Amino acid sequence: MRIALLGFGSVGQGIARALREKDLGISITGIADSRSGLIAPGGIDIDAALAQKRELGYCGDPSVRPMDVALLAEYDALVEVTPTDVITGEPALTHIRAALGRGRHVVTSNKGPIALAYDDLIAEAESRHVSLRYEATVCGAIPIIHALQEGLAGNRVKRLSGVLNGTCNYILTRMSDEGLTYEQALMEARELGYAEADPTYDVKGIDAAIKLVILANTILHMDKALDDVQITGIDLLTPDALRLAEEQEMTIRLIGEIIPDEDILRVSPRIIGKAHPLVVEGTLNAVTVDTDMAGEITFIGKGAGSVETASAIIGDLLFIRDRYVTGT
Amino acid sequence: MKLEMKDTPGQLVAALKPISAVGGNILAVIHQRDALSTAETLDVQIVLELPEGRLERLLELLREQNVGVVRIGEERLLEKRSFILIGHLMHTDLGDTVDRIDRTGFAEVTEMSLVMPAINAPSSARITIRSINIDDMKSALTILQNVAAEKDLLVIEPLEEM
Ligand SMILES: NC(=O)c1ccc[n+]([C@@H]2O[C@H](COP(=O)([O-])OP(=O)(O)OC[C@H]3O[C@@H](n4cnc5c(N)ncnc54)[C@H](OP(=O)(O)O)[C@@H]3O)[C@@H](O)[C@H]2O)c1
Repeated sequence: MRIALLGFGSVGQGIARALREKDLGISITGIADSRSGLIAPGGIDIDAALAQKRELGYCGDPSVRPMDVALLAEYDALVEVTPTDVITGEPALTHIRAALGRGRHVVTSNKGPIALAYDDLIAEAESRHVSLRYEATVCGAIPIIHALQEGLAGNRVKRLSGVLNGTCNYILTRMSDEGLTYEQALMEARELGYAEADPTYDVKGIDAAIKLVILANTILHMDKALDDVQITGIDLLTPDALRLAEEQEMTIRLIGEIIPDEDILRVSPRIIGKAHPLVVEGTLNAVTVDTDMAGEITFIGKGAGSVETASAIIGDLLFIRDRYVTGT
Repeated sequence: MKLEMKDTPGQLVAALKPISAVGGNILAVIHQRDALSTAETLDVQIVLELPEGRLERLLELLREQNVGVVRIGEERLLEKRSFILIGHLMHTDLGDTVDRIDRTGFAEVTEMSLVMPAINAPSSARITIRSINIDDMKSALTILQNVAAEKDLLVIEPLEEM
């Protein structure tokens, strides 16, 4: 199976490394970052690309644009791992449309296009008899989309609730364990690389809300936009509030919740029993789905990281290869 | 407490009289025809306040009237939830915030723990609300949310129903 990789940052490089180390029968025939691109029908030398990225800051030939790779490289699946833009979905939306337009499968970790335009994109994919998969957009390494689409197929989801943002969970864990203020815990998260320089999307609950929108629209047959989610972030929480919860053997976590029957999508800090399965430590993610047949199932795992996110992408690629791709 | 009696005239009165006789205060009478019970019986739930130590005497009186007591809930306010409030709680009159819940008659703030912060910093409080049933709790929460929006307070709700 041949793939083209658009985006060569943390996730893109994680995928490249994993494919180099594991013999999965997947070769990379095109790559691009924001400034360059490379097309190699016989397969790209991953070590050379990683080394060039490290030394020069770009991975390919500056005269080759990312769209050239999407439109001209020979691949079975496009892997779209450029930065998320939740307002426009770009540049990913254009990349994905180009690949689908050529009748190619698409796998992405990019929340923008899936949250904004899933219906359009999946209709286009279906009309071309190709697959569009996005496991990595929600909860990183946890195969929640796969579980809901395949493993729990036929179940009705009564409620879904979870810790969907590792940055917030880290901050709350530290406030709770060490009595840090929100500002101190945020600073620590930044130093450790768990929070971005501008942490707004994470701490205001927007990132978690986007993930709810993706789950609602793509799995639960709802028709939701970011504006439909009631959102409260964690930036106003006090150490005192955590202490008050603690006095009753409780703590506070940022919980994303969907109750389909009540048409509720909400992200908010919630008081939760310390022994509750959703109370996970540090940057972990956790999701509980309550279904009519299977009952309650909780998934816990790493919600982000280079190789962890690559795991979800590769899972999607192999799923596609086993069902669609022949002869490679 | 929940009383079950025959659906005949006078039975309800027979049940209510002893309550006032022992100094009880009736808060609500809810009757409902229970699909599962036999045709003649009518389920009646009486929610009441009773002075300490009068329950035995009341049950005695009810027996004399041939009123069967199916179940006794010890507490009027069976639902209990704790919430945490963050904001300028004192400046925005915490007493009034509590009062708006208490004033409903179906829910009340039964516990409160307030942490005084540094001057001008937002303070945090945990309040416990009790209500007669889940629907009343939802109404109380709506009131709390409205007051919080008005006063720019953050309400942290429990994830699970406790
Ligand atoms: N990191 C995670 O743990 C994680 C987990 C789940 C989902 N995601 C999602 O996965 C995506 C990638 O995340 P990341 O952490 O790898 O981000 P990143 O480290 O910032 O990498 C983004 C890559 O995309 C490239 N890029 C930017 N604009 C481009 C364009 N127009 N055309 C082609 N390439 C372009 C960047 O180029 P330069 O190198 O030239 O800047 C960079 O190589 C994001 O959408 C993110 O939300 C990430």
